[in-house]
Amino acid sequence: MKPSFLKATLAIVQKDLAAEFRSRELLTAMLTFSVLVILIFNFALDLNIDVRQKVTAGVLWTTFAFAGTLGLNRSMAVEKDRGCMDGLLLAPVDRSAIFFGKAISNLAFMLIVEAIVLPLYAFFYNEFRIFQLEFIAVLLLGSIGYIAVGTLLSAMAVQTRTREILLPILLFPIVVPVLIASVLASGAIIIGAEFSEIRAPLNLLIVYDVIFIAVSFMFFDFIVEE
Amino acid sequence: MQKKPILLTILDVLSIIAIGVATYFALVFAPTELVMGEVQRVFYFHVGTGWVALLGFIIASIAGIAYLISKNMMWDRFGLAAVEVSAMFFLITIILGSIWARPAWNTWWTWDVRLTTAAITELIFIAYFMLRQGIEDPEKRARFGAVYTLLGGLSAPITFMVIRLFRSIHPVVVGNPSAAAQGGFDMSPDMRNTLFVALIAFTILFIDFIWHRVRLGGLQEKVEQLKLKTLGE
Amino acid sequence: MIEVTKLIKRFGLKTILRGLDFQVQPGEFVALLGPNGAGKTTFLRILASLSKPSLGNVKVAGYSLPNQSAQVRAKLGVVSHLPLLYPDLTAEENLQFYARMYGIPNSQARITQVLQLIGLENRRKDLVRTFSRGMSQRLAIGRAILHEPEVILFDEPYTGLDQDASVMLDDVLRTVASHGRTVVMTSHDLIRAEALATRFDVLSRGVITASINKSDLKNNNVLDFYKQALEN
Repeated sequence: MKPSFLKATLAIVQKDLAAEFRSRELLTAMLTFSVLVILIFNFALDLNIDVRQKVTAGVLWTTFAFAGTLGLNRSMAVEKDRGCMDGLLLAPVDRSAIFFGKAISNLAFMLIVEAIVLPLYAFFYNEFRIFQLEFIAVLLLGSIGYIAVGTLLSAMAVQTRTREILLPILLFPIVVPVLIASVLASGAIIIGAEFSEIRAPLNLLIVYDVIFIAVSFMFFDFIVEE
Repeated sequence: MQKKPILLTILDVLSIIAIGVATYFALVFAPTELVMGEVQRVFYFHVGTGWVALLGFIIASIAGIAYLISKNMMWDRFGLAAVEVSAMFFLITIILGSIWARPAWNTWWTWDVRLTTAAITELIFIAYFMLRQGIEDPEKRARFGAVYTLLGGLSAPITFMVIRLFRSIHPVVVGNPSAAAQGGFDMSPDMRNTLFVALIAFTILFIDFIWHRVRLGGLQEKVEQLKLKTLGE
Repeated sequence: MIEVTKLIKRFGLKTILRGLDFQVQPGEFVALLGPNGAGKTTFLRILASLSKPSLGNVKVAGYSLPNQSAQVRAKLGVVSHLPLLYPDLTAEENLQFYARMYGIPNSQARITQVLQLIGLENRRKDLVRTFSRGMSQRLAIGRAILHEPEVILFDEPYTGLDQDASVMLDDVLRTVASHGRTVVMTSHDLIRAEALATRFDVLSRGVITASINKSDLKNNNVLDFYKQALEN
């Protein structure tokens, strides 16, 4: 009777995507927010050609980091509000399948937002150097690390009295390495640096991803038990 | 009510004496550094507090693992004590560092590796306190607290490494006599001894503080227990 | 079917369950009565493997908790006062999702069967967010019995239902219980409990203080029994 780990994970991902494509609440919020942040940066930093060269990576990553917390919060609140998390925990599946299911859906939402925001940014600022394979790879690696920790911490935050407002405070100091390494690497890629220059931050990103996927996977049980 | 252990009282006295001795060494015994002058003396306390702050952070992570394995509330009190004491010493370290940085680097603050990592660690601690505050059930509070300290303990070293990718201007004093970074200096034997005394003094003070805080946590729990008993439920 | 001995549950310093003993034979329908804060919900959450016992032995459907919780969960259906349903999915999609989580073979036929049983067949393509409280609750029951559990736990299933919805729920509950299933239900509503249950237990101050079979009840009056149990 017990479904395999893979099937349970897949069921959760498909459920999340189906619900989201119907309501589009989470993606709309994340996208609108992202565009707003970029708009604000435009005037706050006066994004002319010289400035843009240096700050493109930073602006994009700040945008994704902030928009990401909206998605993470919403995705976990959906489970908590009507007791659905209990429903998941009652199913005869490994708890870690629940973690992976939620993490993969969260990653999907994050990547969808990135896939829409990047062309918009390129269009607004005539910055097409962001469409490089290396840039996309860094974006993917950074998003994975961010979402792994974010999914775990959102499951934690949703169970506290302060709920949503706690997530960014818990999350940002822990994902600082991801953000810095991603900005470093993607910034270097935009100005066409040698691969040797981006190797160090790239390695750190990979190390972070591996460690935190493993740890979040191990700790999820401690977060949902009672 | 359990009485304060005699050993703890002895430790109290010992830490006062130790800090007194360390102060004497730092302010009087140690020679004045040639280039930077008197302000360099703050260095002994800066390193002393920084050392115990780091020690507290590591102990908190170990206590976190121990709690998750044993589920013994004793470890939670220990972990909380370590985080609180460590947070205080990190703050003192940062302030002392910036007093020294003003004349040495001509700025109160730089985004240097150690400085930034210390600041981020301080933010992790604040998040930890906020997390605990938002949870009623003590067992869940302990569990979440332990998980969060461990996440912090794992990410802080990576943060350090990532920031080091930006060029550091923090002087590497110990174990690197030819410190190329500005503000570095060679330590004379007297300076070394003074630093050694400061490290021991702060370690004693640190143990004293942790002990007090763990004991306080235990007493708090007793008070709660008595309250529940007298209220009948 | 359910065996609980000397169960203790603490939340921090507060002790909710204090050495509770509780046995249920297969096929029994036990109504768990008791004042608010007596620990009924906590107890059901422990039986449901959602909460871990601090001390004591708990066996459900032949497996012990918390060590064999995956086996227990496969044989268990739970209905709480929250629906455990996704508002942005249709009734059918909700059941499909849970069917996959339970690894139910040939799920489409089973889903149709369940929808018929709870009387929501004509609403199968509607979003759950458009459902009334009563319909949500019936679907929640459908969700809980989808995998044909041997043991069913109901935690205050009547919360927030109007009269009509309650009557409809009565029918569903009776059908669900009639297949030789073992049921434990907590409820404030003594009249509804009386109509459905075969046994009445009173949980007060963290222990079972009284237990009686329906056949032994004087004048079929649960209220008297309940009052007396609380006074002792």
